[in-house]
Amino acid sequence: MTSVTRSSAHDHTPLVAARGVGLTLGGRQILHGVDLGVERGRIVTLIGPNGAGKTSLVRILLGLLPATEGEVIRTPGLKLGYMPQRVLVDEVLPITVGRFLTLGGRASRAHQREVLREVGVEHLLDQPIQSVSGGEMQRVLLARALMRRPDLLVLDEPAQGVDVAGQGEVFRLIARLRDRYGCGVLMVSHELHLVMEAADSVVCLNQHVCCTGRPEAVSRHPEYLKLFGDPAEARGLAIYTHAHDHHHDLHGCVIENESQEKTP
Amino acid sequence: MDDFILRALMGGIAVALVAGPLGSFVVWRRMAYFGDTLAHSALLGVALGFLLGISLNLTVIALCTALAVLLVLLQRQRRLASDTLLGILAHSTLSLGLVSVAFLEGVRIDLMGYLFGDILAVSQGDLLWIFGGGALALILLMILWRPLLAMTVHEDLARVEGVPVMWVSLGFMLLIALVIAVAMKVVGILLITSLMIIPAATARRLAATPEQMAIYAGVLGSLAVVGGVMGSLTWDTPTGPSIVVAAAALFAVIYLIPGRRFRRAG
Repeated sequence: MTSVTRSSAHDHTPLVAARGVGLTLGGRQILHGVDLGVERGRIVTLIGPNGAGKTSLVRILLGLLPATEGEVIRTPGLKLGYMPQRVLVDEVLPITVGRFLTLGGRASRAHQREVLREVGVEHLLDQPIQSVSGGEMQRVLLARALMRRPDLLVLDEPAQGVDVAGQGEVFRLIARLRDRYGCGVLMVSHELHLVMEAADSVVCLNQHVCCTGRPEAVSRHPEYLKLFGDPAEARGLAIYTHAHDHHHDLHGCVIENESQEKTP
Repeated sequence: MDDFILRALMGGIAVALVAGPLGSFVVWRRMAYFGDTLAHSALLGVALGFLLGISLNLTVIALCTALAVLLVLLQRQRRLASDTLLGILAHSTLSLGLVSVAFLEGVRIDLMGYLFGDILAVSQGDLLWIFGGGALALILLMILWRPLLAMTVHEDLARVEGVPVMWVSLGFMLLIALVIAVAMKVVGILLITSLMIIPAATARRLAATPEQMAIYAGVLGSLAVVGGVMGSLTWDTPTGPSIVVAAAALFAVIYLIPGRRFRRAG
Protein backbone atom coordinates (compact mmCIF):
# COMPACT_ATOMS: atom_id res chain seq x y z
CA MET A 1 0.00 0.00 0.00
CA THR A 2 1.24 3.46 0.83
CA SER A 3 4.94 3.82 1.27
CA VAL A 4 5.75 7.42 1.99
CA THR A 5 8.57 8.15 -0.41
CA ARG A 6 7.27 11.40 -1.77
CA SER A 7 9.42 14.35 -2.70
CA SER A 8 8.45 16.00 0.57
CA ALA A 9 9.18 12.89 2.61
CA HIS A 10 12.57 14.16 3.70
CA ASP A 11 10.78 16.87 5.65
CA HIS A 12 9.76 15.15 8.84
CA THR A 13 8.74 18.26 10.70
CA PRO A 14 5.08 17.71 11.52
CA LEU A 15 2.64 20.25 10.10
CA VAL A 16 0.93 20.21 13.43
CA ALA A 17 1.98 18.45 16.60
CA ALA A 18 0.60 17.98 20.08
CA ARG A 19 3.17 17.71 22.87
CA GLY A 20 1.85 16.39 26.16
CA VAL A 21 -1.55 17.93 25.52
CA GLY A 22 -4.08 17.70 28.32
CA LEU A 23 -7.55 19.10 28.74
CA THR A 24 -9.52 19.49 31.93
CA LEU A 25 -13.00 20.97 31.70
CA GLY A 26 -15.01 21.71 34.83
CA GLY A 27 -12.75 19.50 36.95
CA ARG A 28 -13.15 16.56 34.57
CA GLN A 29 -10.08 15.33 32.80
CA ILE A 30 -10.81 14.80 29.12
CA LEU A 31 -7.32 14.37 27.71
CA HIS A 32 -3.92 13.91 29.22
CA GLY A 33 -0.37 13.52 27.95
CA VAL A 34 -1.30 13.31 24.29
CA ASP A 35 1.55 13.33 21.76
CA LEU A 36 0.59 13.38 18.13
CA GLY A 37 2.04 14.71 14.88
CA VAL A 38 0.86 14.86 11.31
CA GLU A 39 3.46 15.19 8.58
CA ARG A 40 2.97 16.35 5.03
CA GLY A 41 1.72 13.59 2.73
CA ARG A 42 0.60 11.30 5.54
CA ILE A 43 -2.82 10.17 6.64
CA VAL A 44 -3.22 9.81 10.37
CA THR A 45 -6.44 8.31 11.63
CA LEU A 46 -7.69 8.89 15.11
CA ILE A 47 -9.90 6.16 16.50
CA GLY A 48 -11.34 5.58 19.92
CA PRO A 49 -14.57 4.90 21.78
CA ASN A 50 -17.25 7.51 22.37
CA GLY A 51 -16.18 10.06 24.95
CA ALA A 52 -12.52 9.29 24.29
CA GLY A 53 -11.85 12.96 23.57
CA LYS A 54 -11.33 12.60 19.81
CA THR A 55 -13.32 15.69 18.92
CA SER A 56 -11.74 17.70 21.75
CA LEU A 57 -8.28 16.76 20.53
CA VAL A 58 -9.17 17.77 16.98
CA ARG A 59 -10.55 21.10 18.23
CA ILE A 60 -7.33 21.71 20.17
CA LEU A 61 -5.19 20.94 17.12
CA LEU A 62 -7.33 23.28 15.02
CA GLY A 63 -6.91 26.07 17.56
CA LEU A 64 -10.63 26.15 18.38
CA LEU A 65 -10.08 25.11 21.98
CA PRO A 66 -7.10 25.95 24.20
CA ALA A 67 -5.32 23.01 25.80
CA THR A 68 -5.03 23.22 29.58
CA GLU A 69 -1.69 21.36 29.54
CA GLY A 70 1.09 20.87 27.05
CA GLU A 71 1.42 22.68 23.75
CA VAL A 72 0.41 22.54 20.13
CA ILE A 73 3.08 23.37 17.58
CA ARG A 74 2.05 24.43 14.12
CA THR A 75 4.16 25.15 11.07
CA PRO A 76 4.08 28.94 10.60
CA GLY A 77 1.60 29.99 7.90
CA LEU A 78 -0.08 26.58 7.94
CA LYS A 79 -3.21 26.49 5.78
CA LEU A 80 -5.90 24.34 7.32
CA GLY A 81 -8.79 22.69 5.56
CA TYR A 82 -11.41 21.55 8.01
CA MET A 83 -14.40 19.32 7.49
CA PRO A 84 -16.70 19.40 10.50
CA GLN A 85 -18.81 16.44 11.45
CA ARG A 86 -22.13 18.06 10.60
CA VAL A 87 -23.12 21.19 8.81
CA LEU A 88 -26.80 21.95 8.64
CA VAL A 89 -27.81 25.09 6.78
CA ASP A 90 -31.22 26.43 7.72
CA GLU A 91 -33.83 26.59 4.94
CA VAL A 92 -34.24 30.29 5.62
CA LEU A 93 -30.80 31.04 4.18
CA PRO A 94 -30.95 30.84 0.38
CA ILE A 95 -27.54 29.62 -0.73
CA THR A 96 -26.26 27.37 -3.50
CA VAL A 97 -23.48 24.81 -3.20
CA GLY A 98 -21.21 26.98 -5.36
CA ARG A 99 -21.77 30.01 -3.17
CA PHE A 100 -21.21 27.90 -0.05
CA LEU A 101 -17.76 27.02 -1.40
CA THR A 102 -16.81 30.70 -1.63
CA LEU A 103 -17.54 31.41 2.03
CA GLY A 104 -14.02 30.37 2.97
CA GLY A 105 -12.46 32.71 0.41
CA ARG A 106 -13.17 34.21 -2.98
CA ALA A 107 -13.11 31.73 -5.86
CA SER A 108 -14.01 31.82 -9.52
CA ARG A 109 -16.89 29.72 -10.81
CA ALA A 110 -14.42 27.66 -12.81
CA HIS A 111 -12.49 26.87 -9.65
CA GLN A 112 -15.69 25.93 -7.81
CA ARG A 113 -16.65 23.60 -10.66
CA GLU A 114 -13.19 22.06 -10.82
CA VAL A 115 -13.02 21.24 -7.12
CA LEU A 116 -16.56 19.84 -7.12
CA ARG A 117 -15.61 17.64 -10.08
CA GLU A 118 -12.61 16.41 -8.15
CA VAL A 119 -14.81 15.12 -5.35
CA GLY A 120 -17.39 13.80 -7.80
CA VAL A 121 -20.35 16.14 -7.26
CA GLU A 122 -20.00 18.68 -10.07
CA HIS A 123 -23.74 18.46 -10.79
CA LEU A 124 -24.51 20.11 -7.43
CA LEU A 125 -22.92 23.48 -8.29
CA ASP A 126 -26.19 25.41 -8.63
CA GLN A 127 -28.32 23.36 -6.25
CA PRO A 128 -29.51 24.86 -2.96
CA ILE A 129 -27.29 23.44 -0.25
CA GLN A 130 -30.32 22.23 1.70
CA SER A 131 -31.26 19.86 -1.13
CA VAL A 132 -28.08 17.76 -1.11
CA SER A 133 -28.04 14.38 0.63
CA GLY A 134 -25.87 13.47 3.62
CA GLY A 135 -23.26 11.67 1.54
CA GLU A 136 -23.16 14.49 -1.01
CA MET A 137 -22.80 17.04 1.78
CA GLN A 138 -19.66 15.25 3.00
CA ARG A 139 -18.17 15.70 -0.46
CA VAL A 140 -19.24 19.34 -0.63
CA LEU A 141 -17.56 19.96 2.71
CA LEU A 142 -14.45 18.22 1.43
CA ALA A 143 -14.57 20.50 -1.62
CA ARG A 144 -14.82 23.59 0.59
CA ALA A 145 -11.74 22.45 2.53
CA LEU A 146 -9.86 21.85 -0.75
CA MET A 147 -10.75 25.30 -2.15
CA ARG A 148 -8.09 26.72 0.14
CA ARG A 149 -5.35 24.37 -1.15
CA PRO A 150 -4.67 23.28 2.41
CA ASP A 151 -1.40 22.03 3.84
CA LEU A 152 -3.35 19.97 6.31
CA LEU A 153 -6.82 18.48 5.96
CA VAL A 154 -8.66 17.78 9.18
CA LEU A 155 -11.68 15.54 8.66
CA ASP A 156 -14.14 14.72 11.41
CA GLU A 157 -15.95 11.50 10.52
CA PRO A 158 -15.61 11.94 6.73
CA ALA A 159 -17.70 8.87 5.91
CA GLN A 160 -20.59 9.81 8.15
CA GLY A 161 -23.99 9.39 6.54
CA VAL A 162 -22.47 7.36 3.70
CA ASP A 163 -23.63 3.80 3.13
CA VAL A 164 -21.14 0.97 3.59
CA ALA A 165 -20.50 0.61 -0.13
CA GLY A 166 -19.71 4.31 -0.41
CA GLN A 167 -17.41 4.46 2.59
CA GLY A 168 -14.49 2.71 0.90
CA GLU A 169 -14.95 5.11 -2.00
CA VAL A 170 -14.72 8.10 0.38
CA PHE A 171 -11.49 6.83 1.93
CA ARG A 172 -9.97 6.12 -1.48
CA LEU A 173 -10.96 9.64 -2.54
CA ILE A 174 -9.20 11.08 0.51
CA ALA A 175 -6.04 9.10 -0.32
CA ARG A 176 -6.19 10.38 -3.91
CA LEU A 177 -6.59 13.97 -2.76
CA ARG A 178 -3.66 13.56 -0.40
CA ASP A 179 -1.54 12.45 -3.36
CA ARG A 180 -2.72 15.29 -5.57
CA TYR A 181 -2.46 18.09 -3.03
CA GLY A 182 0.48 16.63 -1.12
CA CYS A 183 -1.19 17.65 2.13
CA GLY A 184 -1.23 15.93 5.46
CA VAL A 185 -4.52 14.39 6.60
CA LEU A 186 -5.81 13.93 10.10
CA MET A 187 -9.12 12.18 10.33
CA VAL A 188 -11.39 10.97 13.02
CA SER A 189 -13.22 7.82 12.18
CA HIS A 190 -15.28 5.17 13.76
CA GLU A 191 -15.47 3.18 10.53
CA LEU A 192 -12.86 0.92 12.08
CA HIS A 193 -12.80 -1.73 9.37
CA LEU A 194 -11.69 0.77 6.74
CA VAL A 195 -9.00 2.34 8.87
CA MET A 196 -6.41 -0.28 7.92
CA GLU A 197 -6.40 0.47 4.23
CA ALA A 198 -6.89 4.23 4.42
CA ALA A 199 -4.31 5.29 6.99
CA ASP A 200 -0.55 5.58 7.09
CA SER A 201 -0.78 5.62 10.83
CA VAL A 202 -3.46 4.89 13.38
CA VAL A 203 -3.74 6.54 16.76
CA CYS A 204 -6.05 4.93 19.26
CA LEU A 205 -7.22 7.45 21.79
CA ASN A 206 -8.96 6.92 25.07
CA GLN A 207 -8.22 10.15 26.94
CA HIS A 208 -4.59 9.36 26.34
CA VAL A 209 -2.87 7.68 23.41
CA CYS A 210 -3.40 3.96 23.98
CA CYS A 211 -1.52 2.74 20.98
CA THR A 212 -0.21 4.11 17.74
CA GLY A 213 1.64 2.92 14.68
CA ARG A 214 1.81 2.37 10.93
CA PRO A 215 -0.71 -0.35 10.17
CA GLU A 216 1.38 -2.42 7.74
CA ALA A 217 4.64 -2.14 9.69
CA VAL A 218 3.03 -2.78 13.03
CA SER A 219 1.10 -5.77 11.75
CA ARG A 220 4.33 -7.80 11.53
CA HIS A 221 5.42 -6.82 15.01
CA PRO A 222 4.85 -9.24 17.91
CA GLU A 223 3.50 -6.38 19.98
CA TYR A 224 0.83 -5.89 17.38
CA LEU A 225 -0.35 -9.46 17.66
CA LYS A 226 -0.60 -9.00 21.38
CA LEU A 227 -2.40 -5.68 21.11
CA PHE A 228 -4.53 -6.08 18.03
CA GLY A 229 -5.14 -9.78 17.70
CA ASP A 230 -4.33 -11.94 14.70
CA PRO A 231 -4.14 -9.74 11.60
CA ALA A 232 -5.61 -12.38 9.28
CA GLU A 233 -8.52 -12.80 11.61
CA ALA A 234 -8.90 -9.04 11.92
CA ARG A 235 -9.00 -8.69 8.14
CA GLY A 236 -11.44 -11.56 7.86
CA LEU A 237 -13.74 -9.94 10.35
CA ALA A 238 -13.06 -6.61 8.68
CA ILE A 239 -12.86 -5.05 12.10
CA TYR A 240 -9.98 -3.18 13.65
CA THR A 241 -10.00 -5.03 16.90
CA HIS A 242 -7.49 -4.53 19.64
CA ALA A 243 -7.10 -5.26 23.28
CA HIS A 244 -5.61 -2.71 25.62
CA ASP A 245 -2.63 -3.58 27.77
CA HIS A 246 -4.21 -1.63 30.60
CA HIS A 247 -7.60 -0.72 32.00
CA HIS A 248 -9.34 2.51 32.79
CA ASP A 249 -11.26 3.45 35.88
CA LEU A 250 -14.53 5.37 35.64
CA HIS A 251 -12.67 8.66 35.29
CA GLY A 252 -10.61 7.34 32.44
CA CYS A 253 -7.39 7.13 34.44
CA VAL A 254 -5.17 4.15 33.79
CA ILE A 255 -5.28 1.64 36.61
CA GLU A 256 -1.58 0.98 37.10
CA ASN A 257 -1.22 -2.29 38.99
CA GLU A 258 -4.05 -4.09 37.27
CA SER A 259 -2.55 -4.02 33.83
CA GLN A 260 -0.37 -7.11 34.26
CA GLU A 261 -3.00 -9.58 35.35
CA LYS A 262 -5.73 -8.59 32.96
CA THR A 263 -3.69 -8.45 29.78
CA PRO A 264 -4.76 -11.31 27.57
CA MET B 1 -47.34 66.66 -0.82
CA ASP B 2 -46.73 68.25 2.55
CA ASP B 3 -43.16 68.55 3.78
CA PHE B 4 -43.75 66.45 6.85
CA ILE B 5 -45.09 63.58 4.75
CA LEU B 6 -42.08 63.78 2.45
CA ARG B 7 -39.73 63.75 5.45
CA ALA B 8 -41.61 60.79 6.93
CA LEU B 9 -41.34 58.84 3.69
CA MET B 10 -37.66 59.66 3.22
CA GLY B 11 -36.77 58.78 6.79
CA GLY B 12 -38.89 55.64 6.77
CA ILE B 13 -37.49 54.34 3.48
CA ALA B 14 -33.93 55.03 4.63
CA VAL B 15 -34.56 53.02 7.80
CA ALA B 16 -36.19 50.18 5.84
CA LEU B 17 -33.27 49.99 3.41
CA VAL B 18 -30.90 49.35 6.32
CA ALA B 19 -33.23 47.26 8.47
CA GLY B 20 -33.94 44.78 5.63
CA PRO B 21 -30.37 43.56 5.01
CA LEU B 22 -29.53 43.58 8.71
CA GLY B 23 -32.83 41.85 9.45
CA SER B 24 -31.85 39.08 7.03
CA PHE B 25 -28.93 38.27 9.30
CA VAL B 26 -31.15 38.47 12.36
CA VAL B 27 -33.41 35.88 10.72
CA TRP B 28 -30.56 33.66 9.53
CA ARG B 29 -28.88 33.73 12.94
CA ARG B 30 -32.17 33.16 14.77
CA MET B 31 -31.69 36.33 16.76
CA ALA B 32 -35.19 37.82 16.53
CA TYR B 33 -35.72 37.75 20.26
CA PHE B 34 -32.18 38.98 20.84
CA GLY B 35 -32.85 42.05 18.70
CA ASP B 36 -36.14 42.60 20.46
CA THR B 37 -34.41 42.53 23.84
CA LEU B 38 -31.87 45.11 22.74
CA ALA B 39 -34.60 47.32 21.34
CA HIS B 40 -36.51 47.16 24.62
CA SER B 41 -33.47 48.46 26.45
CA ALA B 42 -33.35 51.53 24.22
CA LEU B 43 -35.78 53.42 26.47
CA LEU B 44 -33.27 53.13 29.29
CA GLY B 45 -30.75 54.62 26.89
CA VAL B 46 -33.12 57.52 26.24
CA ALA B 47 -33.52 58.16 29.97
CA LEU B 48 -29.75 57.99 30.40
CA GLY B 49 -29.30 60.54 27.63
CA PHE B 50 -31.64 63.00 29.34
CA LEU B 51 -29.96 62.37 32.67
CA LEU B 52 -26.46 63.01 31.34
CA GLY B 53 -27.61 65.75 29.00
CA ILE B 54 -25.91 64.20 25.96
CA SER B 55 -27.13 62.91 22.62
CA LEU B 56 -29.87 60.32 23.03
CA ASN B 57 -28.69 58.47 19.95
CA LEU B 58 -25.28 58.04 21.50
CA THR B 59 -26.58 56.72 24.82
CA VAL B 60 -28.99 54.36 23.06
CA ILE B 61 -26.17 52.90 20.95
CA ALA B 62 -23.86 52.63 23.97
CA LEU B 63 -26.49 51.00 26.17
CA CYS B 64 -27.67 48.53 23.50
CA THR B 65 -24.09 47.51 22.71
CA ALA B 66 -23.26 47.08 26.39
CA LEU B 67 -26.37 44.97 26.89
CA ALA B 68 -25.53 42.88 23.84
CA VAL B 69 -22.07 42.11 25.21
CA LEU B 70 -23.55 41.34 28.62
CA LEU B 71 -26.05 38.97 27.02
CA VAL B 72 -23.37 37.10 25.12
CA LEU B 73 -21.35 36.71 28.32
CA LEU B 74 -24.42 35.54 30.24
CA GLN B 75 -25.31 33.05 27.51
CA ARG B 76 -21.87 31.49 27.92
CA GLN B 77 -22.65 30.67 31.55
CA ARG B 78 -25.28 28.18 30.39
CA ARG B 79 -27.07 28.25 33.74
CA LEU B 80 -30.27 29.62 32.27
CA ALA B 81 -31.62 28.89 28.82
CA SER B 82 -31.10 31.65 26.31
CA ASP B 83 -34.78 32.49 25.86
CA THR B 84 -35.26 32.76 29.62
CA LEU B 85 -32.32 35.16 29.86
CA LEU B 86 -33.65 37.23 27.00
CA GLY B 87 -37.11 37.30 28.55
CA ILE B 88 -35.70 38.54 31.84
CA LEU B 89 -33.58 41.23 30.26
CA ALA B 90 -36.13 42.40 27.68
CA HIS B 91 -38.80 43.14 30.23
CA SER B 92 -36.64 44.31 33.08
CA THR B 93 -34.73 46.80 30.93
CA LEU B 94 -37.98 48.11 29.44
CA SER B 95 -39.49 48.50 32.90
CA LEU B 96 -36.30 50.04 34.23
CA GLY B 97 -36.50 52.49 31.34
CA LEU B 98 -40.12 53.38 32.13
CA VAL B 99 -39.29 53.82 35.82
CA SER B 100 -36.25 55.99 35.13
CA VAL B 101 -38.24 58.17 32.76
CA ALA B 102 -40.71 58.77 35.61
CA PHE B 103 -37.84 59.94 37.80
CA LEU B 104 -36.65 62.53 35.30
CA GLU B 105 -37.74 65.90 36.65
CA GLY B 106 -38.56 68.82 34.46
CA VAL B 107 -38.35 66.77 31.30
CA ARG B 108 -41.42 66.14 29.22
CA ILE B 109 -40.94 62.92 27.34
CA ASP B 110 -43.25 61.80 24.58
CA LEU B 111 -43.36 58.24 25.85
CA MET B 112 -45.76 57.00 23.18
CA GLY B 113 -43.45 58.47 20.55
CA TYR B 114 -40.52 56.46 21.82
CA LEU B 115 -42.50 53.27 22.25
CA PHE B 116 -44.44 53.28 18.99
CA GLY B 117 -42.60 55.81 16.86
CA ASP B 118 -43.49 59.26 15.64
CA ILE B 119 -42.49 59.25 12.03
CA LEU B 120 -44.71 62.20 11.07
CA ALA B 121 -42.69 64.36 13.48
CA VAL B 122 -39.35 63.53 11.86
CA SER B 123 -37.37 66.80 11.61
CA GLN B 124 -34.60 67.89 9.27
CA GLY B 125 -32.12 67.07 12.04
CA ASP B 126 -33.62 63.61 12.54
CA LEU B 127 -33.42 63.00 8.83
CA LEU B 128 -29.75 63.91 8.80
CA TRP B 129 -29.10 61.45 11.63
CA ILE B 130 -31.10 58.70 9.92
CA PHE B 131 -29.21 59.16 6.64
CA GLY B 132 -25.81 59.43 8.31
CA GLY B 133 -26.35 56.57 10.76
CA GLY B 134 -28.02 54.45 8.11
CA ALA B 135 -25.19 54.94 5.61
CA LEU B 136 -22.63 54.10 8.29
CA ALA B 137 -24.56 50.92 9.15
CA LEU B 138 -24.74 49.85 5.49
CA ILE B 139 -21.01 50.39 4.98
CA LEU B 140 -20.23 48.42 8.13
CA LEU B 141 -22.53 45.63 7.00
CA MET B 142 -20.85 45.47 3.59
CA ILE B 143 -17.45 45.17 5.25
CA LEU B 144 -18.68 42.43 7.59
CA TRP B 145 -20.81 40.66 4.97
CA ARG B 146 -18.68 37.68 3.95
CA PRO B 147 -17.15 36.81 7.33
CA LEU B 148 -20.55 37.24 8.98
CA LEU B 149 -22.20 34.99 6.40
CA ALA B 150 -19.47 32.37 6.82
CA MET B 151 -19.95 32.48 10.60
CA THR B 152 -23.71 32.20 10.24
CA VAL B 153 -23.39 29.00 8.22
CA HIS B 154 -20.84 27.35 10.52
CA GLU B 155 -18.91 29.17 13.21
CA ASP B 156 -16.07 26.67 13.76
CA LEU B 157 -15.48 26.30 10.06
CA ALA B 158 -15.31 30.08 9.67
CA ARG B 159 -12.91 30.32 12.60
CA VAL B 160 -10.57 27.70 11.13
CA GLU B 161 -10.70 29.59 7.83
CA GLY B 162 -9.45 32.68 9.62
CA VAL B 163 -12.57 34.70 10.48
CA PRO B 164 -12.00 36.72 13.67
CA VAL B 165 -15.28 35.49 15.10
CA MET B 166 -15.25 37.60 18.24
CA TRP B 167 -14.68 40.88 16.41
CA VAL B 168 -17.23 40.13 13.74
CA SER B 169 -19.88 39.25 16.37
CA LEU B 170 -19.09 42.45 18.22
CA GLY B 171 -19.37 44.42 14.99
CA PHE B 172 -22.71 42.79 14.27
CA MET B 173 -24.07 43.75 17.69
CA LEU B 174 -22.86 47.30 17.25
CA LEU B 175 -24.76 47.29 13.95
CA ILE B 176 -27.98 46.17 15.59
CA ALA B 177 -27.56 48.86 18.25
CA LEU B 178 -26.95 51.48 15.57
CA VAL B 179 -30.02 50.46 13.59
CA ILE B 180 -32.16 50.51 16.73
CA ALA B 181 -31.04 54.08 17.41
CA VAL B 182 -31.69 55.02 13.79
CA ALA B 183 -35.10 53.36 13.58
CA MET B 184 -36.40 54.43 17.00
CA LYS B 185 -38.01 57.61 15.74
CA VAL B 186 -39.74 55.83 12.87
CA VAL B 187 -41.44 52.77 14.35
CA GLY B 188 -40.61 53.03 18.05
CA ILE B 189 -38.65 50.64 20.19
CA LEU B 190 -41.44 48.10 20.58
CA LEU B 191 -41.82 47.63 16.84
CA ILE B 192 -38.24 48.00 15.55
CA THR B 193 -37.52 44.29 15.23
CA SER B 194 -40.63 43.79 13.15
CA LEU B 195 -39.18 46.11 10.50
CA MET B 196 -36.07 43.92 10.46
CA ILE B 197 -37.73 40.51 10.50
CA ILE B 198 -40.99 40.73 8.55
CA PRO B 199 -39.51 42.10 5.29
CA ALA B 200 -36.58 39.66 5.51
CA ALA B 201 -38.89 36.70 6.04
CA THR B 202 -41.04 37.91 3.13
CA ALA B 203 -37.99 38.27 0.90
CA ARG B 204 -36.98 34.66 1.55
CA ARG B 205 -39.76 33.39 -0.67
CA LEU B 206 -38.47 35.47 -3.59
CA ALA B 207 -34.71 35.18 -3.17
CA ALA B 208 -32.24 32.58 -4.45
CA THR B 209 -29.08 34.07 -2.94
CA PRO B 210 -28.29 35.76 0.38
CA GLU B 211 -27.66 39.07 -1.37
CA GLN B 212 -31.00 38.95 -3.18
CA MET B 213 -32.76 38.30 0.10
CA ALA B 214 -31.08 41.30 1.72
CA ILE B 215 -31.91 43.66 -1.15
CA TYR B 216 -35.49 42.42 -1.53
CA ALA B 217 -35.96 42.84 2.22
CA GLY B 218 -34.92 46.48 1.93
CA VAL B 219 -37.31 47.06 -0.99
CA LEU B 220 -40.21 45.25 0.70
CA GLY B 221 -39.60 47.25 3.88
CA SER B 222 -39.72 50.47 1.84
CA LEU B 223 -43.02 49.42 0.29
CA ALA B 224 -44.36 48.77 3.78
CA VAL B 225 -43.25 52.26 4.85
CA VAL B 226 -45.02 53.90 1.90
CA GLY B 227 -48.13 51.79 2.43
CA GLY B 228 -48.15 52.42 6.17
CA VAL B 229 -47.65 56.18 5.92
CA MET B 230 -50.31 56.53 3.24
CA GLY B 231 -52.72 54.28 5.12
CA SER B 232 -52.17 56.20 8.30
CA LEU B 233 -52.94 59.51 6.53
CA THR B 234 -56.03 58.08 4.86
CA TRP B 235 -57.57 56.36 7.85
CA ASP B 236 -55.98 58.45 10.60
CA THR B 237 -54.30 55.47 12.25
CA PRO B 238 -51.03 55.52 14.26
CA THR B 239 -48.21 55.53 11.70
CA GLY B 240 -45.63 53.15 13.27
CA PRO B 241 -48.13 50.32 13.77
CA SER B 242 -49.60 50.99 10.32
CA ILE B 243 -46.18 50.39 8.75
CA VAL B 244 -45.88 47.08 10.58
CA VAL B 245 -49.39 46.08 9.50
CA ALA B 246 -48.46 46.89 5.90
CA ALA B 247 -45.32 44.75 6.22
CA ALA B 248 -47.34 41.88 7.65
CA ALA B 249 -49.90 42.20 4.84
CA LEU B 250 -47.08 41.99 2.26
CA PHE B 251 -45.77 38.89 4.00
CA ALA B 252 -49.18 37.23 3.89
CA VAL B 253 -49.74 38.09 0.23
CA ILE B 254 -46.35 36.81 -0.90
CA TYR B 255 -46.63 33.55 1.01
CA LEU B 256 -50.18 32.99 -0.21
CA ILE B 257 -49.10 33.04 -3.86
CA PRO B 258 -49.11 29.39 -4.89
CA GLY B 259 -45.88 27.85 -6.16
CA ARG B 260 -42.69 26.37 -4.89
CA ARG B 261 -42.10 27.12 -1.24
CA PHE B 262 -38.82 28.94 -1.81
CA ARG B 263 -37.22 30.14 -5.00
CA ARG B 264 -34.22 28.22 -6.26
CA ALA B 265 -31.28 29.27 -8.32
CA GLY B 266 -30.50 27.77 -11.72
